[in-house]
Amino acid sequence: MLPKIVKRPEPSRAMVYLTPIYALLLTILTSMVVFTALGVDPIEALRNFFIVPINNAYGASELLVKATPLILCAIGLSVGFRANVWNIGAEGQLTLGAIFGGGLFVYLHDVDSIFLLPAMIILGAVGGALWAGIPAFLKTKFNANEILTSLMLVYVATLLLSVLIHGPWRDPDGFNFPESRMFSESATMPLILEGTRLHFGSILALLAVLGTWLMLAKTLIGFQIKVIGAAPKAGGYAGFSQKKIIWFSLLFGGAMAGIAGVSEVSGPVGQLLPSISPGYGFTAIIVAFLGRLHPVGIIFAGLLMALTYLGGETAQINLGLPVAVTGVFQGMVLFYLLACDVLVNYRFEFKSMGRAAG
Amino acid sequence: MSYEWLVPVILTVITAATPLVFAGIGELITEKSGVLNLGVEGMMLVGAVSAFVAATVTGSYFIAILTGALAGMFMAFLFGILTLSLMANQVATGLALTLFGVGLSSLIGQDYVGTPVAALAKLNISGLTDLPIIGPILFGQDVLVYLSFVSVIGVSWFLYKTKAGLILRAVGDSHNAAHSIGYSVIGIRYLAVMFGGAMSGIGGAYLSLAYTPMWAENMTAGRGWIALALIVFATWKPGLVLVGAYMFGGITILQLHAQAAGLDLPSQILSMLPYLATVIVLVLISKDESRIRKHAPACIGKIFHPAA
Repeated sequence: MLPKIVKRPEPSRAMVYLTPIYALLLTILTSMVVFTALGVDPIEALRNFFIVPINNAYGASELLVKATPLILCAIGLSVGFRANVWNIGAEGQLTLGAIFGGGLFVYLHDVDSIFLLPAMIILGAVGGALWAGIPAFLKTKFNANEILTSLMLVYVATLLLSVLIHGPWRDPDGFNFPESRMFSESATMPLILEGTRLHFGSILALLAVLGTWLMLAKTLIGFQIKVIGAAPKAGGYAGFSQKKIIWFSLLFGGAMAGIAGVSEVSGPVGQLLPSISPGYGFTAIIVAFLGRLHPVGIIFAGLLMALTYLGGETAQINLGLPVAVTGVFQGMVLFYLLACDVLVNYRFEFKSMGRAAG
Repeated sequence: MSYEWLVPVILTVITAATPLVFAGIGELITEKSGVLNLGVEGMMLVGAVSAFVAATVTGSYFIAILTGALAGMFMAFLFGILTLSLMANQVATGLALTLFGVGLSSLIGQDYVGTPVAALAKLNISGLTDLPIIGPILFGQDVLVYLSFVSVIGVSWFLYKTKAGLILRAVGDSHNAAHSIGYSVIGIRYLAVMFGGAMSGIGGAYLSLAYTPMWAENMTAGRGWIALALIVFATWKPGLVLVGAYMFGGITILQLHAQAAGLDLPSQILSMLPYLATVIVLVLISKDESRIRKHAPACIGKIFHPAA
């Protein structure tokens, strides 16, 4: 007997918050099956994945270091997703942020000023916003699909960074390696905890979350974003400009991703390299959804996805598991989340035919 | 004047275009049924790695291509469960499919990175293949190139000349109407989505067996997304998908030849060309909103839940 899917009269708010937990549990169960199939003790694998990486102070601080770019990118994307603006090019916007912010250092590398880092952060936000502004312009002016344009620009951004680092921005004392100079102290994010890599970028991420929360709850544009996302037609009748929302969400998302880019190169990376992100911009899409597009949810989801990066590394070192397990795990969480989301709007009825007839 | 230099150029354009033809024509059927599957890139990657592993293990290219197709179908089936049975948002699920496919393919391919296999054999008919110019182009391709043309012709014929094709288009244009006259909207969409997956899988297999006979992480390099853009370019017409694929294949190859011709530009700038071209083409086509609206399947991306 197949269960029948019946639409709920109203979406279930409880399910909105429960489904991420269901999704996580289902992912863990499935991973245990996968680990067993790979010939690894599943309990030991889970311990290495989720507990070993953060069972000491340094590990816990690394979790925050990894969560920082994820939360920054995800908070920006969440604003667009709420308004049905599908910016999936955060990875490229992050790269442009690194290029703009890092580029300032490359040209001012002998300047020792307390204004250098703030200028880099602002320029990074501008770079990310400019890059995201391209899909916004093409969408509002030419109706070009922002999913495809923002994604294509990820490849262009990566190649652009590569051109710069193999060419004009290469470290003159770097033995011809494709890397920029190491960032000087005035171009580096100050550490917040000695002996760790925890840096000022994490505070920026928290501020961004707080600011976004206020923006959504208290401002007119925040209200318009929520209305357009929930009921585009109602938004239209109310006279809200769809174009303005598209521009705003993309520029905002781009700026956040751009700050994430600067925060990475001025923080844990410490210089411009051909590859500055293990796909934070893409994982941030999962973070945004798993966090239910809600600022607080995004913090939790960001920490969880950061843990999968650390867990993947630990499982590789201790158990010899391939590091790609992280990506599979992340993808699986999103799959299960989307699957469980059916419970928000629908419920399953297990009524046997016999009883229904009698 | 000799036109001999043209032959190798055309041959490389064909190899660059073929994976796009497969992925594009598969997604075309999916979209014609009213489903937008943005997971083409993920399906191609899983198809590419599965086919490659199968080729290494069995040595049979028939089994390898079949494995690629089945792997793509498996991914598409996951997409179907989520979007068709569980009514998940198609955009989000498609993105999830790509993110999952990237991870899954590098997990499967972990031990195979960098190990080469022999490239898919090319046809060689003594006499015909040796003909000047047209010989190698018409009679010297591998089986998948011919199959890609067959699939375009087959899909055109199916869509516009058969009753099943008419039903598929009806489901994509008005799922409620199709449902009310008794067609299984969900069932038909499952088939369309799975066909799309199989074709993306074969497109991926072409990359890892013929284009560059090896496996490298993320070796599709955005081709799945370019295939999606191709369908907009083609305004949902199979013949134009073929034209578009060859155009993009040409642009991909242009960068290699521009370098060989001594063009003094960093190689990365030339590598940007296919992506920039995709953006430009999208802009030129999308500008005319009414044309897109006229050709796009009306129900694309919409969830179907029968009221009864």
